[in-house]
Amino acid sequence: MNTAYEKMINDLAPKKFSWKGNVWVAFLVLIILTGIYSYVQQLKHGLVITGMRDYALWGIYISNFVFFVAVSLVGSLITAILRLSDVHWSTPLTRIAEIIAVAAIIMAGITIIIDMGRPDRMLNLFLHGRLQSPIIWDVIVISTYLVLSILFLYYPLLPDFTILSKYFNKNTRSTKWYRVLSLNWTGNEKQSKIYSRSIKALSVLIIPVAFAIHTVTAWLFETTYRPGWDSTNFGPYFVAGAFVAGSSAVIVVMYVLRKSYNLEDYITDHHFDLMGKILVMLSLLYLYFNINEYLMPIYKSTEEEATHLRSLFTGEYAWLFWVVIIGGLVLPVIIMLFRGGRKPLPLFIVSLAVMACAWWKRYLIVIPTLSHPFLPIEGVPESWRHYSPTWMEWTITAATLASALLIITLLVRFLPIIPIYETAEERGLLEDQSVNKSL
Amino acid sequence: MEPEKDNQQKSRRNFVQQGLKFGLLTAASGALLAKVFGKSESLNSEETMEVMSTDGTLMQVPVSAVEHAHEKKSDYNPREGFPNRKFVMVVDLAKCRNARKCQSSCNKNHYITGENAWIKIYKMQDNEKSAPYWQPTLCQHCDEPACVKVCPVDATFKRRDGIVLIDNNRCIGCRFCMAACPYSVRVFNWSDPWQGEEVEQAEYTADYAGVPSQKGTVDKCDFCPHMIDKGELPHCVSACPNDVFSFGDMYEDTVTNGSGQSFKLSKLLKDRAGYRLMESLGTEPSVYYLPPSDRIVDFEEGLENYTEFQSVDKPQEP
Repeated sequence: MNTAYEKMINDLAPKKFSWKGNVWVAFLVLIILTGIYSYVQQLKHGLVITGMRDYALWGIYISNFVFFVAVSLVGSLITAILRLSDVHWSTPLTRIAEIIAVAAIIMAGITIIIDMGRPDRMLNLFLHGRLQSPIIWDVIVISTYLVLSILFLYYPLLPDFTILSKYFNKNTRSTKWYRVLSLNWTGNEKQSKIYSRSIKALSVLIIPVAFAIHTVTAWLFETTYRPGWDSTNFGPYFVAGAFVAGSSAVIVVMYVLRKSYNLEDYITDHHFDLMGKILVMLSLLYLYFNINEYLMPIYKSTEEEATHLRSLFTGEYAWLFWVVIIGGLVLPVIIMLFRGGRKPLPLFIVSLAVMACAWWKRYLIVIPTLSHPFLPIEGVPESWRHYSPTWMEWTITAATLASALLIITLLVRFLPIIPIYETAEERGLLEDQSVNKSL
Repeated sequence: MEPEKDNQQKSRRNFVQQGLKFGLLTAASGALLAKVFGKSESLNSEETMEVMSTDGTLMQVPVSAVEHAHEKKSDYNPREGFPNRKFVMVVDLAKCRNARKCQSSCNKNHYITGENAWIKIYKMQDNEKSAPYWQPTLCQHCDEPACVKVCPVDATFKRRDGIVLIDNNRCIGCRFCMAACPYSVRVFNWSDPWQGEEVEQAEYTADYAGVPSQKGTVDKCDFCPHMIDKGELPHCVSACPNDVFSFGDMYEDTVTNGSGQSFKLSKLLKDRAGYRLMESLGTEPSVYYLPPSDRIVDFEEGLENYTEFQSVDKPQEP
């Protein structure tokens, strides 16, 4: 018996929640129930229960949607890009990244349905879909990405499911499920070949699709004439921002999981250090796109752009804008440049700030533009000129965020958070264990 | 609020009466319809009746054509539009004094109950030194409509006669068209429109916007095809006391104002240096504006009617 291997399976096999886990799930369910209540009100009374009106025609539903799409991109970064570059240190993080990607893309789809005035007519998108509309492009790429992400989560799980079905040798229900889900994986040569080929093919496929989902999401805004959205920079700007949001999400989740499951042997300080470095690089890239996005228009200061940008720099949204830029980009970069800033706890805190600012950044992209249309805002109630979300809107939005966290939590409950097979393979534990034969 | 309520009930009653009058009206315009919509082939084979056309001449029309029109206007396809026509509007800014009759007539005849009117009279001033003016703004019925381009379900569409309409039975309420429109002319039914039983039970067709409006869908100015069909001018055009609006057919090169005066469109646009809003965006609007120079009335006169925060008399919700 290889004790190191046994110990590893023991460490990584899914475990029942402690009381803390149960409280956490109950907390999330409570938030979701509140959101469902508000959504029922919305279905009954219409979108009038939100703070949106004819000028602020999109609100936090849409900015939240953009946030979810952004976060979901990280699956392709950590798993596909790093895998294809033959980087191995990230292997223990791949499952976390994929779980986040799947949860986020599912919730992106649901969030956009929440924003619809007539969700009952959703089928019209398929019955009467027009390929000329960016919304149809989004429907196509997001559903493609959802399928690819689920496959990308599932394939590396096949050997793990076999391992787990043996590990939980009692004939419980979960053992049966693991056996069914493993699709009779034995690890023989033929299977291994298909397995590694499929993962490689998926890694290649998912990168353009990931870029597409966020580029198309940027195009939803870019295809309009409005100042603040009418920018050729928007695609790469969104993609760069997405990687920042996604990597910070991975850091947050890996910190929490490491802490609650004592995974210090698998998610090491070194992982935090490297993730911190990646986040610095991505934040600098994003900062670069931000400079392009804001500096050139304000230099030219056409009337429309200037009105919009002044509201961001010095006007109504200035406070939020500078907190997001400095607190969510500049300060984190400075902190993470120091080795101490990339230690687990400081990095966790920095990543939380980056994530929160990433959410508000989407708010700043979507909302201010809408309050500066080309013609003056006249003949509507004073309250229509400024958008502020209602509490029902907030509860629905909170529920979507809680749902994403609940999906992550449940997947963590039933799946090995660290890929067992791949980690064992990389640690050279498989050879002497001859796991392939014994399974 | 009482008089307003009365007003509303009155408008509802009007709607019913309109339905009754419809028969007479269509009978009157039957000749025109028969001519336009090619029903004249049955003229010689059937019993005919004498009706008076809109220009006052007596004509013989087959009884069946009149009855047919009585049931359901004319049987043109609301998605295709009137054949061989191209509608155009001219707004003479020199004449506008913000009387707001266009707006109230539009609100009334389209049963608008939301807070945002479909036609707005903006207080404009291009720069500090230049004079202020009033700019009535409605859907521009663009030939390259940004709204139609982005609609994911073909709910908003462009007809051959130039009119841009919305199929409220298909709209999914994504509001992308509203984001795309640079003229801010689209409004959304954020809640139930509460237009009263008669309107709510009226049979919906895309060419009479607002009858009825639907919760969760987008509305806007429809260029009044239901009036064109009757051989009449859109509500805003006939309601304007100052003949600010002229409406007509680009192929006929004629536009007519509310007093019935007709102008040669090409000459009018040349003589008065007509322009379109935000030409640089490439949307190709069907609405032309004549510059507010040599004004007939003072800008200041319009200020008494100016309401910054209200464009629709809010009816009481049931």
